[in-house]
Amino acid sequence: MSAPMLNLRGAWSIYRFEMARFKRTLWQSLATPILTTVLYFIVFGSAIGPRIGDIDAINYGAFIVPGLILLTVFTQSLNNASFGIYMPKFSGTIYEILSAPVSTAELVLAYVGAAATKSVLLGLIILATAQLFVDLNVGHPVWMLVYLVMVAFAFSLAGFIIGIWAEGFEALQFIPMLVVTPLTFLGGVFYSIDMLPETWQTVSLFNPIVYIVSGFRYFFFGSGDVSVWVSLAALGGFIGLCLAIVSYIVRTGHKLKS
Amino acid sequence: MAALLSIENLDKRYAGGLHALKSVDLAIERGEIFALLGPNGAGKTTLINVICGIVTPSSGRVLVDGHDTVRDFRITRRHTGLVPQELYTDMFETVWDTVSFSRGLFGLKPDPAHIERVLRDLSLWEKRDNAIMTLSGGMKRRVLIAKALAHEPKLLFLDEPTAGVDVELRRDMWRLIEKLRETGVTIVLTTHYIEEAERMADRVGVIRRGEIIVVDETASLMKKLGRKHLSLHLQETMTKLPASLDDWSLTLAEGGRRLDYSFAAEEEHACVPALLKRLQAEGIEFTNLNTRQSTLEEIFVELVHEEEDQQVEETS
Ligand SMILES: Nc1ncnc2c1ncn2[C@@H]1O[C@H](COP(=O)(O)OP(=O)(O)O)[C@@H](O)[C@H]1O
Ligand SMILES: [Mg+2]
Repeated sequence: MSAPMLNLRGAWSIYRFEMARFKRTLWQSLATPILTTVLYFIVFGSAIGPRIGDIDAINYGAFIVPGLILLTVFTQSLNNASFGIYMPKFSGTIYEILSAPVSTAELVLAYVGAAATKSVLLGLIILATAQLFVDLNVGHPVWMLVYLVMVAFAFSLAGFIIGIWAEGFEALQFIPMLVVTPLTFLGGVFYSIDMLPETWQTVSLFNPIVYIVSGFRYFFFGSGDVSVWVSLAALGGFIGLCLAIVSYIVRTGHKLKS
Repeated sequence: MAALLSIENLDKRYAGGLHALKSVDLAIERGEIFALLGPNGAGKTTLINVICGIVTPSSGRVLVDGHDTVRDFRITRRHTGLVPQELYTDMFETVWDTVSFSRGLFGLKPDPAHIERVLRDLSLWEKRDNAIMTLSGGMKRRVLIAKALAHEPKLLFLDEPTAGVDVELRRDMWRLIEKLRETGVTIVLTTHYIEEAERMADRVGVIRRGEIIVVDETASLMKKLGRKHLSLHLQETMTKLPASLDDWSLTLAEGGRRLDYSFAAEEEHACVPALLKRLQAEGIEFTNLNTRQSTLEEIFVELVHEEEDQQVEETS
């Protein structure tokens, strides 16, 4: 008897299973983010936007695009990754994955990879939709894409952790709804931080989403609320934190095995 | 050659403190069918789940073909298949997709011919394009078996495969197990239908409260622990047995029309002729006689109760 050191085919099977799940719910997955994005453009871009004027010499309609993309990427990554691992735990089908020659690391990679793939695709679809409403020139397209993948990966890792930890469907909804959405709205998606009164500017600096959105905007327009290096460091730190928690789960089988 | 599966000093305490397995030692030979019997909550599922990697052991170890199931999990799991006790299935996937998924999950290249064979053997071929949630419970059970066979395991665990399934599926299952045995697959099954163990298993193990209390060949267990029962239908009704027969453990039944005698199966040749001679000497005549061997079920119940009595004695 012998077996290879890695079971990439096994991880690939889980990845494909997850992608098939997304495909089955393709229309729901696309409809909600596209519809909300279009609504944002109509309300903030076309109706209110012209009264706001430019921010940092950027047309307001264009200014909100990076933040809107990330808003979708945050919530989709969290939802898809948490749901992806929570469902088999809930239905019991996890027995097969646990009894397969797949390491926990491979399992994480498959679930997180699938969730991240989906949200990157959604992010790009929103970008394409936005092009219908505003003129948009992406300053550093390659870096923008790399950054988008990193953000999707980070939030998918976080979603995986939530899915492992959650013991009910409410818990799955809790973090995206109660934590991420407010932080994102207050995180400079619709405005530049220096438009706020000074006290609120200081408060904003404690909001990690500010750094992440700012970095993404930098790769579009060449400017952001904070230095792009600070953004990258913040994102890297977040990924590092998630990886540390996930590696704890990998080592101990916490909440996966009794 | 060494045993295909060897369990050494295996202990499991669940987080809540429940001691589900108590230093279990067990060896399963290549190609055999082994039935694990035990009342509900005895630890059968826990034992299987530890071997398959779903539950982590507290101490001790399990070797599959000489490989440690924790350290060399990629090797051992590659060759191990599990049909769980509960009907854990996906909903929206088709039968074909879910069985193919299982093969890939275990790291094997796609093999449509093999999947087709498995589906046909389980009478699932017509249902291959149906979503699993549209299938009946019995069909879902078949799907779980097909998934477990998708990666051609050498060692197959069937955790109560026939609990609550219809007669037809039970018969199919027995046929399938026979067929797998012919191809050299080693099978460990747990069951409530002791008749099933009696019929299929080469050896039987009895587990109770996390401890294996007996392991033996099915036939020899029945011979050693089984009793035979002789019934004599009397010509004339008796109210009382003569004192001279006191040293035989005889009982009167059916209002004195039947005489029952039970004895260890091993002593059959010695005691039955002796008893008959004795009865003749006493002038007791009978019209008919029959013998019956106790079933594995009776042995099982007795074993489990014996243990229980001992426990009561120990604690009192
Ligand atoms: N995940 C678990 N956590 C805590 N206790 C458990 C768990 N699974 C099973 N048990 C307990 O372990 C004992 C053995 O259960 P199990 O192995 O399912 O028995 P069987 O399969 O023989 O019916 C039971 O008392 C059961 O309640
Ligand atoms: Mg059980």
